[in-house]
Amino acid sequence: MNDSRSFNWQGWSVFGALLLLWECASRFNPDLQLYLPPVSQILGTLARLIVSGQIVTHLAITFTRFLEGYFLAAVIAVILGAVLGYFRFAHSLFETVIEFLRPMPSVAIIPVAVLLLGIGDSMIVAVTVYASLWPVLINTIDGVRHTERTLIDTGRTFGLSRRRLLWQVVLPAASPYIVTGLRVSLSIALILVTTGEMVAGSRGLGFFILDQERSMNSGNMYAGIILVAGLGYLLNRLFLLCEERAMKWRHGMIAREAV
Amino acid sequence: MRESRFNGVLFLIGLLLVWELVAQAELINPLIVPPLSRILRIFAELFWSGHIPLQILASMKRALLGYFLAAAVFIPLGISMGLSQTVYRLFEVVVEMLRPVPPPVMIPVALLFFGLEDEMKIFVIFFSCAWPILLNALDGARNVDRVLLNTARTFGLPQRKIIWNVILPASSPQIMTGLKVSLPIMLILVVISEMVGSTDGIGYFILDSQRRFRIAQMYAGMFALAILGYTLNQVFSLLYKLVMPWHVALMRLRDGS
Amino acid sequence: MPILEVQNLSKTYRQMGGETTLAIGDISCKVEPGEFVSFVGPSGCGKTTLLMSIAGLIAPSTGKIIVHGKEVSGPPANLILVFQEFNKSLFAWRSVLGNVRFGLEARGNHSRESANKARSLIELVGLKGFENHYPWELSGGMQQRVAIARALAYEPELLLMDEPFGSLDALTRLELEDTLLKLWEELGTTILFITHDIEEAIYLSDRIWLLSRRPSQIVEELAIDFARPRDQITTRAEARFMGIRNRIYQRINSEGAP
Repeated sequence: MNDSRSFNWQGWSVFGALLLLWECASRFNPDLQLYLPPVSQILGTLARLIVSGQIVTHLAITFTRFLEGYFLAAVIAVILGAVLGYFRFAHSLFETVIEFLRPMPSVAIIPVAVLLLGIGDSMIVAVTVYASLWPVLINTIDGVRHTERTLIDTGRTFGLSRRRLLWQVVLPAASPYIVTGLRVSLSIALILVTTGEMVAGSRGLGFFILDQERSMNSGNMYAGIILVAGLGYLLNRLFLLCEERAMKWRHGMIAREAV
Repeated sequence: MRESRFNGVLFLIGLLLVWELVAQAELINPLIVPPLSRILRIFAELFWSGHIPLQILASMKRALLGYFLAAAVFIPLGISMGLSQTVYRLFEVVVEMLRPVPPPVMIPVALLFFGLEDEMKIFVIFFSCAWPILLNALDGARNVDRVLLNTARTFGLPQRKIIWNVILPASSPQIMTGLKVSLPIMLILVVISEMVGSTDGIGYFILDSQRRFRIAQMYAGMFALAILGYTLNQVFSLLYKLVMPWHVALMRLRDGS
Repeated sequence: MPILEVQNLSKTYRQMGGETTLAIGDISCKVEPGEFVSFVGPSGCGKTTLLMSIAGLIAPSTGKIIVHGKEVSGPPANLILVFQEFNKSLFAWRSVLGNVRFGLEARGNHSRESANKARSLIELVGLKGFENHYPWELSGGMQQRVAIARALAYEPELLLMDEPFGSLDALTRLELEDTLLKLWEELGTTILFITHDIEEAIYLSDRIWLLSRRPSQIVEELAIDFARPRDQITTRAEARFMGIRNRIYQRINSEGAP
């Protein structure tokens, strides 16, 4: 564990060896090439698609849909979660509805969304919002309900109004839960955007990847996948970075407790 | 507690009633929002005629195959990565490279190799369940307490027995977490892969109903899917209680105090 | 032949950044079969390192450890170590009976008689009636009793104990000391005990080795010859008891200042 921060040359060699194996297998086997073009060729294709701008439009569309869906879901879920977590009566009303809706895989909502909103951006964003809502909502409710009673009472003795109590005490105290929900939703949102684009889209990376498969342009397809993976990776990194900034107080606290 | 449950059920029934009335009065396009009673009737018909159960059976066969295959491969791999720094370092980069790929975009790849066959869906589910199962098993094995391991070692247990009798049970709660998290992922991916490339299965059934504009039938399919999701969860909890009664009791004790 | 012989043992740790710390300086000692011997030293003096080396769980930097005539290179077959952290050393997924049977299973004994043997040990440590409880349902003192029963079920010739009562409350501690002495007298197991509680060491042991601070060394050996069976009130009330206690205390303190 002590050298886990050093460069993992074993891991990179295995990765490199696999890529090399792929490259050779594909080069010397024309049958395979149709399904699995050489890595070098895929990277070349990716570069070409980026330079020509062809894939950049798809990427931009996917990214925009993702941002809209994810942030809309986050805002709605945190507000709704805070209300449901704070007011027992509201929670008692919606508890059963939530339990009823949650077990259904969110992608099943896509056909309904197509009916209501047709094919296009709003449908994909709506589906993304619906799916990424749940983790944040459930976690926010949990977090707010688990807020220490003493903390709320302390806020009360300082004469905070209900609204300020919610903003300045309850939500910060629940933030570790909320962040967990937000992290889970991040990958869910990306899954839903790409799925929406595949099932009922005419633009975006999900559409592009499936479309290239159907026209047997496997090189383009793999290039698209690399790009989506890159997007997923960057989003995750960005999230961790923001989390570290925002949750500094908590990391300090945990480090202290661990000692 | 009981009273809040009552409120909730009442509220849900109220909402469903509003749906029924709005649809009956045709306040919203009845083609898009059919009355609940009709959806339930169609669900019952399709259920007893065996149409929906057949679709679910087709989906579950693929889903569970992919799921168990992922468990069979990635639990042992995760445990070895958790126990051995060497194994961890060998696989780390490959895992980190593949993990950010959103699972649905593997569907086209699977289509390319397997066509519309079952193997296509099985592969996609295998791929998407891999990460939660792997990372939880890895974490579980890595975090087995040193004192526990040293205890087993002073009793002279050979490494193989320590893995079976100590590390596996000690990390089993986290392994189960990985399996539990993967369950909804499995369901989502089987539905998506059936929507994108299939000729049967519950995902195909729902999308196909929509495309043929049999809207009540589409809702009936979604209803069946919700029941399926709920049932899977319940079955998992039941198995959990059967396999690890000690952990259920331990958690109850912790929550209580 | 001594059951345990430690010859010129030393242990150096490499820390992050390449610095090295000497945890154990140079320790040599012998334990005869059937003895109850204790190491006493200030906290952080490398007692645990010493015990882990004897148990074959960490390799010494220099020197030799010989258990029953064989040099230790891994956990020896006839030795068990009982840890202070009973909440971590017990198997949460096994009942009390299952935990104690683990000691027998480790010897390859899965028979029905092994269950009976486990039951009798559970009774011996005073946990009759708790066979089917999980360890985490019990109090700390009871959990450590389970750990002791499990260790004894293995029938070790040498039992190592690393501050086994260190995290128990005072009253439970006295009870467990007596249980341990009773078991030791009945079963004749050799016990090597580590503690930072001076009185506990005097009360339990035949001999005591005083350890210095890091790098730890044996600074004195004391023979304790109070009559057995000992008693929490009368033994501790003897005038010599306080005398020995004070001497050890002064010795550790004078060694102490680094």
